[in-house]
Parts: sequence; structure tokens; C-alpha cells
Amino acid sequence: MNTHIVRSYDEDLKYLGNRLAAMGGHAERMVDEAVLALVNADAGLARKVIADDLFLDETQREIDDKAIVLIAKRQPMADDLREVVGAIRISADLERVGDLGKNIAKRVVAVTEGRQPLSLFRGLQALAELALNQLKDVLDVYASRSVERLVFMRDRDEQIDLMYTSLFRELLTYMMEDPRNITSCTHLLFCAKNIERIGDHATNIAETVYYVVTGEQMPIDRPKEDKSHKVVLTGEDVG
Amino acid sequence: MADTRRQEQTRRLLSLAAGRFANNRWMFGAGAAAVLGLASYAGAPKAPVFCALGFLVFAAFLAPNRPRGQRHAGQTAATDRGRLEGLSARSLAEAVGDPLIVFDRAGTAVHVNQAARSAFNATAPGLSLLMKFRAPEMQSAIERVRTGAVDNEVVDYTERVPIERVYRATVSAIGRGTGLNVVVFKDQSEARRIDRMRADFIANASHELRTPLASISGFVETLRGPARNDAVARDNFLQIMQNQTARMARLIDDLLSLSRLEMKPYLPPGATVDVRQVVESVIDSLAPLARESGVVVERNLGDQPLEARGDRDELFQVFENLLENACKYGQAGGRVVVSVEIAGGPAAEVAVTIRDFGPGIPEEHIPRVTERFYRVDVDNSRAQKGTGLGLAIVKHILTRHNGRLTIWSKPGEGAAFTVHLPAK
Repeated sequence: MNTHIVRSYDEDLKYLGNRLAAMGGHAERMVDEAVLALVNADAGLARKVIADDLFLDETQREIDDKAIVLIAKRQPMADDLREVVGAIRISADLERVGDLGKNIAKRVVAVTEGRQPLSLFRGLQALAELALNQLKDVLDVYASRSVERLVFMRDRDEQIDLMYTSLFRELLTYMMEDPRNITSCTHLLFCAKNIERIGDHATNIAETVYYVVTGEQMPIDRPKEDKSHKVVLTGEDVG
Repeated sequence: MADTRRQEQTRRLLSLAAGRFANNRWMFGAGAAAVLGLASYAGAPKAPVFCALGFLVFAAFLAPNRPRGQRHAGQTAATDRGRLEGLSARSLAEAVGDPLIVFDRAGTAVHVNQAARSAFNATAPGLSLLMKFRAPEMQSAIERVRTGAVDNEVVDYTERVPIERVYRATVSAIGRGTGLNVVVFKDQSEARRIDRMRADFIANASHELRTPLASISGFVETLRGPARNDAVARDNFLQIMQNQTARMARLIDDLLSLSRLEMKPYLPPGATVDVRQVVESVIDSLAPLARESGVVVERNLGDQPLEARGDRDELFQVFENLLENACKYGQAGGRVVVSVEIAGGPAAEVAVTIRDFGPGIPEEHIPRVTERFYRVDVDNSRAQKGTGLGLAIVKHILTRHNGRLTIWSKPGEGAAFTVHLPAK
């Protein structure tokens, strides 16, 4: 980072970055633990995740405040301005990721009341792994500023969407097979959707990071949709 | 004030003199005796004798109060210390086998050693540690050490994706007031992996082995009961039982090989293989299977060696599993094309594509075929002696190699599995 004549300016910028990193770490941890709680039916861990969300909310507000004060006081230009605006946007995305993680944790008890087949959780776990990988890579790029690594991320977002569509279909099948599955499968459906949203937020962060570092918008050719809205199952599919 | 200071000085001088005289008492005594003896023998005038005695006292006072051996040892220690001090911290850090990062008061990496660079994927100097290691425990440890609240702190640091790795990280301040701190990572993944492996193995094995086992015990019951004297049925049942036991054996083989892979530590950098040659030998070794299933394997390999980073045996297994799948499930197409190419772009990679012309994979299954025990078509997979683990093994190996697997398929036109490996 360039140095400014006023040293505390640098320190302010650095402080913003560090707070964002702390948020990122918490968000990653929350999603990971929420899925773990879901798979292992661990209500205690789920409660911890729900409590952890407070930190993200508070830190996001703090970052917002600090960023606004910084803009008012230092009147940043060019890359500094992008840095500050980027921090505001990334913190908003991370806060949403935390909310989605918290929402998964809240569903743990409802899902695990009726025991579901292991394969359902496996799919969910694989989906979560993809999303977490995406989030980790994006935040690593933010730390190292090596934006050329963002290119691969698009593929991965597409993978997440495909995987989500496939899970959606599978869950519908289970519901049609036995109506007693409907409660927990509906909750699982929301969990899957949440994870898919986390992947989208990671992609948003990637775009912000790209903009912060290069000053240009990431080209918009990403296929931003899953096909679950087209999935219709007939009785034959269930067999 | 001045008085006490002078008293202090005198006291210190006296104790120094006493110490030196005590050390050199024999030399001093002998010298004084010699001077006095000489003086009384020769009857010299008093003045030179007093001068000589005075000189002796002076010499005894100035002589260092350490014996020669001790002094010598002190000197060697000093030169050793000099050599150690001349040693650059950089080369010391490089010599450490564990990942090690030196960072300054602002939390910026000053030096990243080789082990850390390969373990954490391109952490260059100038990187903010707080941004790279975001786990909350790491954050607080780094924060507390860099602000000087504590001198050192030990925390567990876990990376879940892409491969689970567990470290015990020690964050500590270097020296006093240098403003530099160091974090050293000790890899603890092994122990965690063994635990995980045991749990996973039992869960998977018990789940998947139960089905064939149930069918075998059912047939045994029938054979001992109603079908006791029915020769045709007996033969038939025994055949089924044999198939089932063979399936169980394959399953156990695959589970073990997956578990073994998971046991191995993260792939060390350095080893390179010629991908083209590996692919060639896989095709050769699977020639009998291809002939049996009536599939022609076409090679489109070029003639340049293509170096990639990786382990030969593991990559062999990757291509073997993929080609085996292509021969089995793409049997209807009658041919399989294996091609190798170098893909350009920001990071050069070797891409190996195995394309079959069979029925293809329905779109909704594509993202999930690498999950353990996920089968597109359960009956067909059983008929082809699949265990549901082949692609899971492929995916695991590629993740360890920093590689990727991409799958393209169109129903009715076949499927293409492409392995992307970072080029050397």
C-alpha cells in the first residue's frame, strides 16, 4: 500500500482491512460450524453459531462508522476511495453470510427431529464445501491482492448452482416418496438455498475485490442463475 | 549526595582491588619476597626497592582476575557468538522445516520461509497476517503478541478447505523491543486424519457392506432350508453369493485406498511427472479391459513430454479410474478418445481429457458424481462392478495436487472428463 504523509491515515485504512479480515474469519467459521451442527445434529454447536452472529453485526456497524468518518476526515482519492467503499460493501456481504449461517443453525433442531438418510447430508456437505472454498479463496485474494486468481471462481459459482439444482431435485423426490419427510426436507431445502446464497455473496465479494485492486469492473459474463426454478417432478421420476 | 557517591566509588574500587589481589596473591607474594630478598642481599638503597614493590602492587592490581583457561574459553565463546550474530535471520528461517513467518508490529509479513510459502500458497512478504489467518483464535493471538500484551501464545489453527489441515501455531515476540514477532506452525494434521479416517471408514463400510451381507445371509438361510435339495437353485445361489463377496472385497479395497490417500500428508512440492507417459502406461495396462468391452482407445497425445507437479502413482490411479469408467459406461459408443494438451492462460496447466461416446450423464447428476457412493444409475453401476468410490478417489487426489476435474456431458453424445493439473 502507498504511504501517505499523515501516518494515521495509513493506520486507519489498515484498521479497516484488519476488521474486515476478522469478520471474514468469523463468517467462515460460522458457516462451517452451522453445517457441522446440521450433519451431526449438534444443538449446542448450533446455539454457539447463533450467538456468534452478534460479533458480525457489531463489526459491520463499526466498519461502516469508521469508513464514513474516514471519508469525511481524509477525503480519500482513487485507490484509497475504492478501498474504503470496498470495505463497506464487503462487510455488508459478510454480514449477510453470517445471517445465512445463523439461519442454517436455527434449523438444526427442526431438521434432525426426524432422522434423514445420510446421503442427503452428504450432498449438503459437498455444497457447503464448495461455498466455503469459494469464500476462503476470495478472502485470500483480498489479502494477497492477486486478482488473477479470481478467474477460476466463476466456474466454481456455476458448480455451486448446478449442485444446488441437483440437491433440490433430490429433496423433492424424498418428499414425494413419503410425506413424513416433508418437514425436514423443506428445512434442508432452505439450508441448501442459504448455502447457495453464500456462494453468491462470495462472488459479489470477488467482484468488489477486483474493482478495489484494478479500478475496473469485472466483466459481466457470469451465468448467474440456478435452474431449480425449472425443476418439475412427475410421479414417474420417483418410480 | 556527593559524599555517598564518593563512598560508593571507593567501596567498589576497594572490593575490586581485594578481588584482584586475592586472585594474584601467590604471584604477588613471590614477587615481593624476591624483591625484598634481593634488596637485603645486595643492600640496595631503599628508594628503588620501594619503587619495585610499588610496581608489583600496581601490576597485581592491573592483572586480569581470570585464569588463562577461563579467559580462552571466554574468547572462543565470543567468536562463536560473533558467528551466530553474523548469521542472517533469513537463512535461519529458511533452514527451519516448519512453516515460519516473521512479522512486524503492524502485522505485516517481513519474511516468509519456504515451508510457509508452499503450505499457505503464495504468502509473499508485505502480506497482512491478520488478513491471511482469519480464524478468530489466530486473530486474537496475533493481536495480543503484536501489541505486546503477551510475549507468546499457542493456538490451534485449522484450515478446513480445500484439504483439512490442523496446525499448532506458536506466536511469539522476537527478543525485547525489536518490534518483530514470529509465528511458527507445527503440522498436527496426521493425528486428526487418523481419527477422521477411523470414523469415516466405519460409517461408510458398515453402511455399504450391509446390503451384500444381508443378501448373502438370506441365501445361506434358503440353501439350508427350502432349497436344500435343489441342485439348480443351489448353483444359482452360490454364483450370486460369490458375486456379492467379490463386490464386498472390491469395496473394502476402494475404501482402504481412499482412507490411505486421506492419511497421507499434504503433497510436498517438487516431485514432477511426465503426464503423457503416465497416460500412455495407463492405456497400455487397461488394454485387456478395453478389448473385453469392445472399446477402441484412440490416443491423441502429441509427442512432447508434459511435465506437471505431482505423484506418479496417484496420477496413475486418477487416469486409470477415469479410463476404466469410460470403457465401462461408454461401452455403447465403441470408442474412447484420450487427449492431452497444455492450456495457456494466467497459470499454465496440463489438461487431460478422456472422452467417451456412450449414453452420457444426465445434467442433474454431473455436479454430484464425485461424492462418495453417489451413483447415477445404481443397477448399471452394480452390474459394472462399480463401488461408487472411483470418482471420489479421483477428486481427492486432484485436490491434493491443486488440480481440478471438469465434466462435460450431453445425453446421447457421451461424456468428457478433463483433468487439469498445474504445469511445471
